[in-house]
Amino acid sequence: MSEIAAPRSSSRARNLKGGGRNRSGQTNFELYSWLFMRLSGLALVILVLGHLFVNLMLGGGITALDFGFVAGKWANPLWQVWDLLMLWLAMLHGSNGLRTIINDYAEKDQTRFWLKALLITAALVVVVLGTLVIFTFDPCLDPNSTLSVCK
Amino acid sequence: MPSKPAGTLYRGREGMWSWVAHRITGVGIFFFLLVHVLDTALVRVSPHAYNEVIGTYKNPIVGLLEVGLVAAILFHAFNGIRLILIDFWAKGPRYQRQLMIGVGVVWVVLFVPFVIRHLTHVFGG
Repeated sequence: MSEIAAPRSSSRARNLKGGGRNRSGQTNFELYSWLFMRLSGLALVILVLGHLFVNLMLGGGITALDFGFVAGKWANPLWQVWDLLMLWLAMLHGSNGLRTIINDYAEKDQTRFWLKALLITAALVVVVLGTLVIFTFDPCLDPNSTLSVCK
Repeated sequence: MPSKPAGTLYRGREGMWSWVAHRITGVGIFFFLLVHVLDTALVRVSPHAYNEVIGTYKNPIVGLLEVGLVAAILFHAFNGIRLILIDFWAKGPRYQRQLMIGVGVVWVVLFVPFVIRHLTHVFGG
């Protein structure tokens, strides 16, 4: 029977370290990555659809979104944890997905290296920035704030 | 005509196209996520800066883009669950056609109410 190639994966890509099935002396990284995509994906369905429902369907939906709306949500630790989990899982899930796509379509070692360097940099910046924003949020940033918590 | 290789769900027909769509929606959602974390980070700059930028999300053109975003997210979410069922549920591969139809049904059931509600907000003044 003829070989069934994975779509767009060059035979070279399959010979790369970690790119194939587990062989002795290599890690299980790709197995854990595959498992992580499924587990995080399941959690993200709940986290993201819950986020969309609360922010876009309830109340005034998109028209109600402003600084006060964010302040109201992050006054509740549940939403801080929700958003933190969503941020980390979505960024890891998305970055790992893009890593797979880079491995599939970028054929030159140099190209793959720089695309992944860019990806990791962007992901780190966004995860660190987002985490800091959730934990250092100050609803009374504006001294003239009219929000009830600031009076 | 050469016969289709046996033993794969992922070449040709709807299995392959859902794989393509899963990649395209995934990349789109990822880039939106980068922008969305950056715009949310403006809450640390000033309430005014945040409100200004989040205001662009309320204009009709961006409102329509949000419909596209939610369409992509719903597809990616439920197609992902279909993939999990094919990988982990012993009968998954046998029912893959039905699972595909299931993805379409759930997508419509969630997407239609969202579009009605969201466009009412965006265009409802």
